[in-house]
Amino acid sequence: MEFFKHNTTIDFMAQRKWAAILSVILFTLSLVSLAYNGLNWGLDFTGGTQIQLSYPEAADPSQIQEKLQNAGFPEAVVISFGTSKDVLVSLVPKEKNPAMMNDAERSKMMSEILAALPGAKLNQIDYIGPTVGQEMASKGLMAIIISLLGTMIYIAFRFDLRFAIGSTVALVHDPVIIIGIFSFFHIEFNLIALAAVLTVIGYSLNDTIVIFDRVRENFRKFRKADALEVMNQSINQTLSRTIMTSAVTLIVVFALFFLGGSLLHGFSLALIIGIVVGTYSSIYVAGSLTISLGLTRHHLLVVPREVDQRP
Amino acid sequence: MSAISNRYPLWKYLLIIFVIAAAFIYAAPNLYPQYPAVQIMGANAAVVDDKVLNAAEAALQKADLKYRDVQLTDQRILFRFTSTDAQFKAREVIQQTLGEQYLVALNLANATPAWLTAIGAAPMKLGLDLRGGVHFLLQVDVDSVMQQRIDGDTRGIGQALREEHIRYSGITRKANNQIILQFNDKNALDDAYSFVNRRYNEFTWSKQDNTLTGELLPEAVFKAKQETLEQAMNTLRNRVNELGVSEAVVQQQGESRVSIDLPGVQDTAEAKNILNKTATLEFHMVDAEHDAALAYREGVPPPDTHFYSYHGQPILLMNDIILRGSSVVTASSGFGEDGRPNVSVRLSGTGEAKFTKTTAENIGKPMAVVYVEVKSTPSMVNGKQVISYQTQRDIISVATIQSALGNSFQITGLANPNEARTLALLLRAGALPAPVTIIEERTIGPTLGKQNIHMGVLSIEVGMGLVVIFMALYYGVMGLVADLALAMNLVLIVALLSLLGATLTLPGIAGLVLTVAMAADANVLIFERIREEMRRGMGMQASIHAGYERAFVTILDANITTLIVMMILFSLGSGMIKGIAITITIGLLTSMFTAITGTRAIVNLLYGRRAAKRLSIGI
Repeated sequence: MEFFKHNTTIDFMAQRKWAAILSVILFTLSLVSLAYNGLNWGLDFTGGTQIQLSYPEAADPSQIQEKLQNAGFPEAVVISFGTSKDVLVSLVPKEKNPAMMNDAERSKMMSEILAALPGAKLNQIDYIGPTVGQEMASKGLMAIIISLLGTMIYIAFRFDLRFAIGSTVALVHDPVIIIGIFSFFHIEFNLIALAAVLTVIGYSLNDTIVIFDRVRENFRKFRKADALEVMNQSINQTLSRTIMTSAVTLIVVFALFFLGGSLLHGFSLALIIGIVVGTYSSIYVAGSLTISLGLTRHHLLVVPREVDQRP
Repeated sequence: MSAISNRYPLWKYLLIIFVIAAAFIYAAPNLYPQYPAVQIMGANAAVVDDKVLNAAEAALQKADLKYRDVQLTDQRILFRFTSTDAQFKAREVIQQTLGEQYLVALNLANATPAWLTAIGAAPMKLGLDLRGGVHFLLQVDVDSVMQQRIDGDTRGIGQALREEHIRYSGITRKANNQIILQFNDKNALDDAYSFVNRRYNEFTWSKQDNTLTGELLPEAVFKAKQETLEQAMNTLRNRVNELGVSEAVVQQQGESRVSIDLPGVQDTAEAKNILNKTATLEFHMVDAEHDAALAYREGVPPPDTHFYSYHGQPILLMNDIILRGSSVVTASSGFGEDGRPNVSVRLSGTGEAKFTKTTAENIGKPMAVVYVEVKSTPSMVNGKQVISYQTQRDIISVATIQSALGNSFQITGLANPNEARTLALLLRAGALPAPVTIIEERTIGPTLGKQNIHMGVLSIEVGMGLVVIFMALYYGVMGLVADLALAMNLVLIVALLSLLGATLTLPGIAGLVLTVAMAADANVLIFERIREEMRRGMGMQASIHAGYERAFVTILDANITTLIVMMILFSLGSGMIKGIAITITIGLLTSMFTAITGTRAIVNLLYGRRAAKRLSIGI
């Protein structure tokens, strides 16, 4: 089986202006959504109490929320979680912070909640102090920044600074759009979604490197080709691989999304978005930006050696 | 191009076979089922023998609890059950029957054959999200220990200077790591300067006008904090053992935190009550010379004494501590002749001499046992969480010294048997060096754990299955070769995770699933390259050779950057995402072996000979 019988000759770089516009629009929309909606931070980052309940039959979250509000928990947020029988009750710290209660108060609160919800079975209780949450949020941001810097340095060493800048911009582009989508749809962003964002950085970089590797090789092979042509050619040559790998990765990530249970929903969703955006950005952001930064074959050649080889 | 050989030397094949065989052996323990078990061990040197076994068996029979089998080995009895329900009930029944002399703990016993255990093979540990349990994150107040230490040093330096007849006008502690000495004349300052530099060299000393400032070296600060944390972890481990959880994980997290995983535990109240108690005992002499009631009305305690309240009446205790809880070796609760609860204590080591001497000198005089507990209360100040600590001291008993107390005696005056039990437990397990506060707590029900395992395994099976079919359809025989490598990769990862003693969590399983895709990518890169070379008209052997050769650099580059990201992810420290980082890191490393060396070996076997005509790679 083959996707393409012969090497394709799609002029990817011809659309790079449109792609740039699309990227800028998506990027800006993500930032706007983040500024307006904020991010629906998960318990890992906010601190508070989260209770996972399961019912023998399908449960209606809004009804449960109403019951809880009547029972004196106006701050309770109830969402269905994975299956229709499971719900997640979040008591994010507001004025009356459950995280600040002592043990007696908290167990009283738990029994009040369970009393208000007949039929519910307690599956999991998470309680996280606010300091831990804040720390995790700042550590997470640091981790993203250090990841970007670390990989940028590696690419600058192995290839060229222009490649490094091109790929890093692509890498910033991907997480921002993922987080933007999470923000727009009010999807909870927890620690494991953060792990997915970092994984996407790794994945997207994989794609970029495969193309860059080919660019380097082609520059060495074809002495007279110009950068735009080489970039196009390299993307075309690696196209089958790009599609194949994206397909394989999407298969397993969809398996995780549908079968992995509610705990992994944020993770697999971030990966699904990341794989699509990452594949696109490897071609259009990393590739075209490197061209725009004025890449020529000289940047990738080891000059003295060539001189020596002359007869 | 003439000398293209697609053959591996024999040693390479042998190496591959060896690695794969080892992987299968070390991954094998995961195939054996694990049973909920109850483990009995002796506390305080109590002997575990047939008698204990018979007693436990009789107790289970009486309670009508069926068990799978039982083993008595090396001072340890292990009952295995088929359900966690029976396990929980059995633990209670056995503990009641055997009493406190024995530690009865929940355990998970695996049926790994002895020969596998003998070569160090063991199944992966399952994280709390896969088997249920409680997770705590505790904040240890290391600063308070630093403060105590500097306070101690301040007193010590003052005393040493007095002994050396160097006159100083003042000595104070500043912040948590500075001591400031004040002098009236220059000579004394110089003498003191050379003296402290010699005797207290963990400080850097500086002179300015009439003051001498000593600052504890950063290394010393770090060391002191680390020691505190390690001591706290030790105590916590002891307490966890006392709780009856045999597979608990107590780990340092960051500079001042300890994470505790208690698999199988569902009742957090008891665990919390025991884990974060900074309780200890102090023995003080009662000041019998002054009238406590009178002094209390005047509001001024006599020198070297302190007010306490005992049965609602004021009482004066001497400040001098004649014995601390840390000198206690063993403690067990029981009942005295009067039928009231008591704790029998045995001492050894440092504190004993002073205690014996003091009690011998004070026969007929009253002595008080003080229960010291540090309570922490978190509160919000300006939107930030602040933890404040209060030390609470309560007299639990005042008794007249009947004779010089040796290394064993009884503490009476406890309110109820439960209090006696907790006190004995805390004395046995040791006191925490610093107050601790629980700042994170996660409870995962056992059914959820089972469900998580089921879903995790299902997503591996389905994800892997689909990829296997897809690869075979797209790349033909070569796809099947890659599929074999994918399966081998999974076995290798499981083997390495088991060998490293890593804990498998649901996010870890997600990492494992992702690794399947990443490992497949390496083969996709190689095969696409081979196809390209063949389309260009290169011969089969040359194409195979070039495909592997050229794709290798790309695979390496791509994997190294992913590894950089994974290392950063790992350093974030949270157990949940560490799982992803570990499995992906191991998976990438092993996939380099299986996807490159492994598939090449098979390809060489299949197509390396001259006789092979057509390469089945889907074109």
